[in-house]
Amino acid sequence: MEIVVATSVGALTAAGVYLILRLRAFAVILGLALLSYAVNIFLFASGRLTVNQPPILSPYGEASYTDPLPQALVLTAIVISFGMTAVLVMVALGAHLESGSDRIDLDKPDAGEDEALEGPAQ
Amino acid sequence: MTAEDQSLIVIALLPFLGALFPGVMIRAGRNACAIFTALPTALALTMLLIHAPQVLDGQVITAELNWLPQLGLSASFFLDGLGLLFAGMILGVGLLITLYARYYLSGDDPMGQFYTYLLLFQGAMLGIVLSNNILLLLIFWELTSLSSFLLIGYWKHLPEGRQGARMALAVTGAGGLAMIGGMLILGQIVGSYDLTDILAAGDQIRASEWYVPALILILLGAFTKSAQFPFHFWLPHAMAAPTPVSAYLHSATMVKAGVFLMARMWPALSGTPEWFYIVSTIGLITMVLGALIALFKDDLKALLAFSTVSHLGLLTMLLGFGTPMAAVAAVFHIINHLTFKAALFMTAGIVDHEAHTRDIKRLGGLRTLMPVTFTIGTLAALSMAGIIPLNGFLSKEMMLEEASHTDWAGSHYAVPILATIGALLSVAYSFRFIVHVFLGPVRDDYPHKPHDPSFGMWAAPALLVGLVVLIGLQPVLVEPLVKIAAGAVTGGDLPDFHLKIWHGITPALYMSIVAVLGGAVLLAMHAPLDRIWIAAPRPEAKAIFDRLMGVCVGLSRRITEATHDGALTRYLAIFVVATVALGFAAWRGGSMPAPTRGLLPIPPMAAVGWILLLVATASMVAVHRNRFRALVVMGVIGLTISVGFVYLSAPDLALTQISVETVTIMFLLLALHYMPKSSPIESGAVRRVRDGVIAIAAGCGVGALAYAFMLRDTATIADYHLANSYEGGGGTNVVNVILVDFRGYDTYGEIIVLGIAGLIIFALMEALLSGPAARKLRNTDYSKDRSRDRHPLMMVVATRVMMPIAVVVGIYIFLRGHNQPGGGFVAGLVISIALLMQYMASGFAWTQSRQRIEYHAMIGLGAVIAGLTGAGAWLAGRPFLTSAFGYVHIPPIEEFELATAMLFDLGVFLTVLGAVMLMLYSLSRIARYAGETMNVEPMDYDPSDRTRLARQGEN
Repeated sequence: MEIVVATSVGALTAAGVYLILRLRAFAVILGLALLSYAVNIFLFASGRLTVNQPPILSPYGEASYTDPLPQALVLTAIVISFGMTAVLVMVALGAHLESGSDRIDLDKPDAGEDEALEGPAQ
Repeated sequence: MTAEDQSLIVIALLPFLGALFPGVMIRAGRNACAIFTALPTALALTMLLIHAPQVLDGQVITAELNWLPQLGLSASFFLDGLGLLFAGMILGVGLLITLYARYYLSGDDPMGQFYTYLLLFQGAMLGIVLSNNILLLLIFWELTSLSSFLLIGYWKHLPEGRQGARMALAVTGAGGLAMIGGMLILGQIVGSYDLTDILAAGDQIRASEWYVPALILILLGAFTKSAQFPFHFWLPHAMAAPTPVSAYLHSATMVKAGVFLMARMWPALSGTPEWFYIVSTIGLITMVLGALIALFKDDLKALLAFSTVSHLGLLTMLLGFGTPMAAVAAVFHIINHLTFKAALFMTAGIVDHEAHTRDIKRLGGLRTLMPVTFTIGTLAALSMAGIIPLNGFLSKEMMLEEASHTDWAGSHYAVPILATIGALLSVAYSFRFIVHVFLGPVRDDYPHKPHDPSFGMWAAPALLVGLVVLIGLQPVLVEPLVKIAAGAVTGGDLPDFHLKIWHGITPALYMSIVAVLGGAVLLAMHAPLDRIWIAAPRPEAKAIFDRLMGVCVGLSRRITEATHDGALTRYLAIFVVATVALGFAAWRGGSMPAPTRGLLPIPPMAAVGWILLLVATASMVAVHRNRFRALVVMGVIGLTISVGFVYLSAPDLALTQISVETVTIMFLLLALHYMPKSSPIESGAVRRVRDGVIAIAAGCGVGALAYAFMLRDTATIADYHLANSYEGGGGTNVVNVILVDFRGYDTYGEIIVLGIAGLIIFALMEALLSGPAARKLRNTDYSKDRSRDRHPLMMVVATRVMMPIAVVVGIYIFLRGHNQPGGGFVAGLVISIALLMQYMASGFAWTQSRQRIEYHAMIGLGAVIAGLTGAGAWLAGRPFLTSAFGYVHIPPIEEFELATAMLFDLGVFLTVLGAVMLMLYSLSRIARYAGETMNVEPMDYDPSDRTRLARQGEN
């Protein structure tokens, strides 16, 4: 089972990294979503894998449980990554509507623009 | 002898607190503004004076607020003789400057700002002289640089002001950086950052091999601040500031910070040849050079600025001598210089204010036009020249006396002769100030007809000149202060001395006479000398500085442009490659322990899920250009992961994942409606291969890391949570108990972040729809990709039926969350999905008109409920977010639990719901701008209408 989880994390990371290296905001958002999946699973797996031992205390005496702490951390991480994705989408949408393109790289500034930024010389 | 008194902290903080008021009080008028600036200053001064008798008795008052004692960081203050002298000067002159500035600043100047900056500066300065921790001292030191930047650049419309401010900040800031290094070395040598410890460990410091680097670094800080050669050039340029600032910062306080520091560090650093040769030589050069330049400056303030440079050099030289009597002379001269120089600056300001020029060549003959100003200015200038019986004479005599028996590199005459030349030049420029400004014939070409200003403006300099005369005639009055301050400088042992005018016929007297006569002669020859001076080539410090800055700016710009070209993909690629390389290096270098865990078996269902996930991930990369399909694939991945969570004993995660997935996909779908539906192919094959290689390397690295991680056991704190969940947190769902109890603080932070994200999206949308994007939206036709029947009957009816069910499910999940999988996060998401379905099926306007609570309010309410629940624990005397719980039995319902944690979870629930809804609501607002028609009816086509119409037709 560990191999399954590790390869899944690896595959999600690889796909995520490939997508964040694309030139369009939407692909980057998808890539970041995949990367958050990968990170969440990774964090979750840091509690080691167990089957059929949910961290719900049993009223019937002794039982063994999986590590609940990574789960709690990942739970909030999932919600936060949703918030992050939403903000990114909004930024991308705004950029697209304002500039007409959702490219993420800046164009090279012209020489003239550079002069203007500098302002009057001292 | 030390006494503890926490009121010291109040004194140090008062100016900062006071800085909050002027900006507000300016609305009540200029007088109110000035009064509210003077109040905190006066209060601090009063508190200081209450301590004064104790300090004069030889006590040291301390106060301490521990912050990070492990790191030696504490806000600790102490007040000894030196601190008392400087604090008194800072606050006392601060009061006078406040008064003077009230009349000096014109109605167009933003006075509230000025006083705010002034108080900030005053607080920073006070912090320097009261700090007992060198790290704290460094912070205040930097604060003085920053606040003086604001003050020098106060007249933002003047290029000189801006340039002067920048130059001052660059020079003093760079010196401050050097000083940080020096202070850290000192702290390392002594093993403590407490000034008291450091001062007591002088021998240890001087014996250390790090002594010279530390000394040079600290002196760099002091020299830049006190405008010592070769850093003297910034001070005259800082004169672009309003005159009250020049009088305060550049005569009385800030430039003396360097001198103060040298005096403060005297017991720890002085007494070595290095100290003597560096400090006294630099001081001597600065004294002579500053005086020489001052003589040929035509701008009144520039003349005074260079004379200040010269006098600071004098003080530095005295401290460099390293003898106790030189320290006494330095302390005494600090007081005297303060009185006459501040008065002179104010006089120059008055002349400028009245005559509208401060060019000496355009002035002259003001004696009869401005008699009061003339009297003040003349007395102060005579004191600066060191004329008997004014206070400047006394300290100058002491300086010459010390100089007369100082050998420099074996030469017995070098120091006395140069010191006499310095004094001579000082006499010359002081006389020039009097003769060329006030004496001579009255002219008729002043830019503005001058006359004496109102009382408010000359009161402050008059008071200072009163002190000049008083101290000159009765030096006994300041003797205790000088004694105790000089004692603090030297660390205790002082020779018995008395301040007096007449010391008999001494070498110093001869030197003094030579200086006065020579100075008078020099002034008489000023006109021809001035011509020579103007003709002579000399280095222009500002040009050198500008060239240097130009080189630095050019260099950093080249580096920035080379590394930051605006290509985000490049940054990301570099980041990923660097991370992978670091991970690889760590793996190669570190020793991996052997695996301690076996592998779990892979059941067939898991294998199916695995293949599904891998295929979906691969196809995501393949189809990502077709954005709708990519979203579908993303849904598949998310669902597979949540099934995986179920299998691996994480029901809470599965619930959260599945609901977040739903909301995310909905959000992305909504956004996609207004974005291109596909990504074009832009990167070439090479680039794609390169990215592929990077991606695969990252994937392999992370996968291997995860694999290695899972096969090894580590110590966890899980047992604590499992053992205490029920007894301590009152719940059997340990994950939920961790969220709302053990790590409630984290959760509180998380919901606030989520709430902020919601508000950001709302704000972005708000900004977007009021910008050019709104026009573009109106002009774009989206109708083609809209479905014919926007609100299908089936869906409207189905969602209407499902709404109560979904809400019940949400409430159920919320209520059972403490003991079974569920909780506020999941419940909030479930309810928002239920609401979203209504929006989707029945349309925006129809649903919106039925909404009762604003989503903003819901976010706020959630955060407040969660916060108050946490704060409620304080009432019970427990730490923030400690939960309480109990069990209630109300027949016929089963016994159930009530916990404050549940209230906290309610806050979580509300915030999540509010944030998610606000996000989607913001997005759907675009629809209205895009020309979507508003529906008041839930369905575009309502079949019941037909029956109604038919009935009407029948009737």
